[in-house]
Amino acid sequence: MSISKLNTFSECKSVAHFNINFIQYLNEDGQLCAEAPAFCHDKILMLSLYRAIKLLHLFDLKVLNLHRAGQMGTYTGTLGQEAVGIGAASCLTDNDVFVPYYRSAPDLYWRGVKLHEILMYWGGDERGSDFADPRLINDFPIPIVIASQLLHAAGVASAIKLRQQKNRAVLTLVGDGGTSEGDFYEALNVAGAWQLPLVIIINNNRWALSEPNTRQTACQTLAQKAIAGGIEGVQVDGNDVIAMRAVTEAALAKARAGGGATLIEALTYRLCAHTTIDDATRYVASEELDQAWQREPLKRLKTWLITNEMLDAAQDANLEIECRAEVEREVEIFLNMPIQAPTAIFDFLYAELPERLLSQRDDVIKHRGS
Amino acid sequence: MQLLSIAESINLALDHEMANNPDVVLLGQDIAKTGGVFRVTQGLYEKYGEQRVLDTPLAESMIVGLSVGMASQGLRPIAEIQFMGFIFPGFNQIATAVARMRNRTRGRITLPMVIRMPYGGGIHAPEHHSESTEALLAHLPGLKIVIPSSPSRAYGLLLAAIRDPDPVIFLEPKRIYRSQKHALGKNNEAYPIGSCFIDRVGSDITLVSWGAMLRETHQVADELAKMSIDCEVIDVATISPLDMRSIFESVAKTGRCVIVQEAARNCSVASEIAAELVEHGLRLLKAPVTRITGYDTIMPYPKMEHYYMPSVERIREAVLRVMEYQ
Ligand SMILES: Cc1ncc(C[n+]2csc(CCOP(=O)(O)OP(=O)(O)O)c2C)c(N)n1
Repeated sequence: MSISKLNTFSECKSVAHFNINFIQYLNEDGQLCAEAPAFCHDKILMLSLYRAIKLLHLFDLKVLNLHRAGQMGTYTGTLGQEAVGIGAASCLTDNDVFVPYYRSAPDLYWRGVKLHEILMYWGGDERGSDFADPRLINDFPIPIVIASQLLHAAGVASAIKLRQQKNRAVLTLVGDGGTSEGDFYEALNVAGAWQLPLVIIINNNRWALSEPNTRQTACQTLAQKAIAGGIEGVQVDGNDVIAMRAVTEAALAKARAGGGATLIEALTYRLCAHTTIDDATRYVASEELDQAWQREPLKRLKTWLITNEMLDAAQDANLEIECRAEVEREVEIFLNMPIQAPTAIFDFLYAELPERLLSQRDDVIKHRGS
Repeated sequence: MQLLSIAESINLALDHEMANNPDVVLLGQDIAKTGGVFRVTQGLYEKYGEQRVLDTPLAESMIVGLSVGMASQGLRPIAEIQFMGFIFPGFNQIATAVARMRNRTRGRITLPMVIRMPYGGGIHAPEHHSESTEALLAHLPGLKIVIPSSPSRAYGLLLAAIRDPDPVIFLEPKRIYRSQKHALGKNNEAYPIGSCFIDRVGSDITLVSWGAMLRETHQVADELAKMSIDCEVIDVATISPLDMRSIFESVAKTGRCVIVQEAARNCSVASEIAAELVEHGLRLLKAPVTRITGYDTIMPYPKMEHYYMPSVERIREAVLRVMEYQ
């Protein structure tokens, strides 16, 4: 019996109604199922989206090899999820602020972070978060603690709002598992209460390590969690870069214009293990994985580009050579990066190192060289 | 000159910095029209408006996390947590972002922010309103932890905390929020963070304390002076990073040290000071370094909290015991 049936005194009144839309342009077969947004006619843009997805796809496979060869630390792959970050980050301007999560290599790459910086971070070198590109001065580093970054993004959005900056918004991401954390709800709540210029994307790759969506939540969609925060929620095909870009663009435009926050649930699938040290075969059925490969983003975009005569097989092969070369170049930079001086473990703790730590710093010099 | 309590001098310091720096913003629960549960921010909302004094939703992780985002953009957020006992939902943000952001980004993103919170027992408050868990915070590298003990120090140290380029946790001893009134020193003058204050010069024994417990510590020093025991009293004021140099200098003179803290003993700031003295200053010592602390119990509810709090008697007894060593 549902609670509403308990009310026998009067006819039940429904006080609120909600609806969650699903948005898709490009289906699994690479065919349009809705009228294409205007940016689809921009061949340079569409090819650069395709190139970035391909590059990150190749990068992922390369990092796995580096890890197996013992040249790389634990890495959180994005195989099959490249369109989420690429589509979303492609909507950001230099004026906006990006707050990544740990599975944000594609978005960071589009934003201007070099692959070798991403490799440095996961390879165990803090300098990977000191983004070299001066345009990224305000962008956040990768956080490991799930959902904590959403509050940082809300804080940046608060600063934008307090300073009455126009045409500026914040984009951040979280995994599906992260939507179970308190910080997720706290961020949604304040984003609604304060009408913050914030866009939150849930990278719903269906798995939180070994935990499937079905164990994570009883909600039909994760997008509907926006309703509790009083903000707009929408579900998108995250393997469709056109939809990702169209929806994020609209949400960012709304945020920049003072229209408040949006929660976007991007439906995708994790085709790799949770990290390079995880073995997903222990919990993912191979039939499910095979089916998911049919829906991945790279193939469907390629089909569409070829159908629309923006790409042919020869160009595609060239693009692939170019991408592989970029990945190799970046891996070389990473592998040849000299290690930081041992004293660097002290150098960035405070603006000025407290006197009490000087003897510890001297000790590391004495025992590890300077 | 105007005489002010600790609560009032904190209010004045906030007012000063808000007037001088438009980047300073306050945020917290009930801090705007209400002025916070202890009225520390009273009047600032009326003066600086809702863009500068922000009532937040009820969520400590959010208050700290928002401050991280705001500080990263060059604002100087000053967050109020209603009671130190409620920082635990925000502890995650303190430990994983506040303390680490400068290091994580090799100095690219810095967090000039302050988290203020009333702490300590002795005011007959409900459960969770009376703990002194400063050691939990002091254990985290990357933070500065400041505890004033008087109105003028609250004023000067808070100015310094707000102007500091790094995150500062500012713990306000609520038991003495309004128990004493001082004339403040020079307006706008910050006191250094990371330095002890020598409250009383003496030659027989060094008494080290901070926050509200300095009241009892001074009382003991006054009493013992009548018995010709000459106590030096040090207010640590910054519990992280500790100014051990001043403590060593004092103990070099007196050869004896009693540390008085309200917090439980196990793995505490008093333990750290004692360990430093023994490890690096054994030859200076004429007697064992002694700690008078709260017990290693859950802070009792109001009816029994006086059993927990270090008393004048316990401190006096410890000092006399230490003085017996020749
Ligand atoms: C607060 C916290 N708890 C646990 C972990 C360990 N952990 C890292 S990733 C992960 C799974 C998260 O899954 P999800 O949020 O769905 O993101 P995805 O990895 O699938 O992108 C867990 C449990 C963590 N990083 N932070």
